[in-house]
Amino acid sequence: MKDYKILIEGDSSVLIVFGDTISPEINRRVTAAVQLIKEQRIEGIVDMIPAFASLLINYNPMVISYDSIRRRLERILKMDVRGEEGRKRVFEIPVCYGGRFGPDLDNIAAHAGLTPEEVVDIHSSRDYLIYMLGFLPGFCYLGGLDERIHTPRLSSPRLRIPSGSVGIGGSQTGIYPMDSPGGWQLMGMTPVRTYDPNRAEPILVHAGEYIRFVRIGEEEFEDIRARVEAGTYQVTVREGEA
Amino acid sequence: MGFRVIKGGMLTTIQDFGRSGYQSQGFSVGGAMDVRSFKLANLLLDNPENEAALEITLIGPVLEFTADTIIAITGGDFSPKLNDEPCPMYTAVYVKKGDVLAFGSARTGTRCYVAFSGYLAVPVVMGSRCTSLKSGIGGFKGRRLEAGDYVGERIKRRYLPFFLSRKLKAPDYDSDDGVLRVVMGPQDGAFSRQGIETFLNSEYTVTGDFDRMGCRLDGPIIAPKKTSDIISDGIALGAIQVPSAGKPIILLSDRQTTGGYAKIATVISVDIPRLVQKKTDQKIRFKAVTVQEAQALFLQEISELEHMRKEIHTPCREVLDCRLVARRLERLYADAESEQYF
Repeated sequence: MKDYKILIEGDSSVLIVFGDTISPEINRRVTAAVQLIKEQRIEGIVDMIPAFASLLINYNPMVISYDSIRRRLERILKMDVRGEEGRKRVFEIPVCYGGRFGPDLDNIAAHAGLTPEEVVDIHSSRDYLIYMLGFLPGFCYLGGLDERIHTPRLSSPRLRIPSGSVGIGGSQTGIYPMDSPGGWQLMGMTPVRTYDPNRAEPILVHAGEYIRFVRIGEEEFEDIRARVEAGTYQVTVREGEA
Repeated sequence: MGFRVIKGGMLTTIQDFGRSGYQSQGFSVGGAMDVRSFKLANLLLDNPENEAALEITLIGPVLEFTADTIIAITGGDFSPKLNDEPCPMYTAVYVKKGDVLAFGSARTGTRCYVAFSGYLAVPVVMGSRCTSLKSGIGGFKGRRLEAGDYVGERIKRRYLPFFLSRKLKAPDYDSDDGVLRVVMGPQDGAFSRQGIETFLNSEYTVTGDFDRMGCRLDGPIIAPKKTSDIISDGIALGAIQVPSAGKPIILLSDRQTTGGYAKIATVISVDIPRLVQKKTDQKIRFKAVTVQEAQALFLQEISELEHMRKEIHTPCREVLDCRLVARRLERLYADAESEQYF
């Protein structure tokens, strides 16, 4: 059975859509498709952007036409592949919620019909799977946000969101790795840098790993920030079975 | 060898075709906004088509050359002046050590390109010499050029054959009809029929929110069926996002790799150079074409550029006509006597 759609995105890209929900199963299908397509070495493919439930493929129309790449992809996607579950690595990310760090926390609470306190409890009480990186260097898309605190994006995005901001956009939550425009509702901020071009490994985490948000106060925020700047702060990582 | 920056201008960066292959980690492709003008600048100097060049935005820089080299300027007209004399565009120009090249503000278009026959000496970072302002990597120290910067050249190359033939026609941005062709999708299904009709039959205005990431438009609201929020997915160059507020945003070179607003259509590759030369308050319209038509136009543009390459490698009239050659030599000697040349 065909469980995907190939959509056109302009004259140099196609979008393969595997589903319209965020689930670990569909995400593993995306990862597997990336692997398969890489193995096939299709000439003309320039780049791939795997996402929650889809895969965007950039190609050069001088090398391969839309009709040809579509045929090639359909042949490849007939093969059945599944990704495997590995060991679970959880990064504990400290977050100072509300106040000047989370201007939209009250919005989120009002939308959910909860107190800000309850929203924070819900947000910081589970491990989130990193489905993909995208949007900005090191920006993690996390799955598994509690339905009670789903909040629509702002109807018009902000022009500048400071780095380290933690927010909610629809059914997703995450951290802004650098200053950027964006449409998410902001609930707090982490002093940890998920992207640092001056670090040996500029990107802290990888797809398939987990993030746990840990509530901290303003004092602790400043303390950790100072240690991050001095290069002496180490993010706590828990390891265990998936 | 190279040039010193006397004034940086509004946003002068080093660009090429961009940094592909790292979008899965969230790195934008970047690269020249107006790829056509960028390619033509390199073509005029027989440079490799992806050789790094300067991209100049709205208000141009002032540069002083520290050695002789050959340059070509294309794109919008920033009234370039070489030692206070108008400097021709869309041709190869020999510049000498100590010459000062000064750009004004954009008279037509919004971006112009300067290619160098000596190839700019900036390191290749992750496969590209382009400046990524957002991640602070590539180009000149990962940032825009500022007064005092010195950018070198990698080689000495001060001779080009068919020098007098190296002329191309400049585009007339003022007479551009503003019609951008688009391929519909991938999420046109998220919009109501009326929303699609509005999109294809209305005039949109380029707003001041127009940078290397994207161009926000103002105009009639494009209504989604329910919501324009989608599960975030990858974004192609030229994709037109429509957030719930209903005003379209066209994503450009420094676009984020993924986003969560439905994309109603995608501007075709050959029309993006015209879009990025639009000024605030200029009008655009959208016209739907098929992906096959868009790809045919893409290939057509490549053969058009190939044709131009042949043109500039053909001896020009001035060389083939004895009287014109004699007159030119006479002028050269006259100039030499007055120490203008040599």
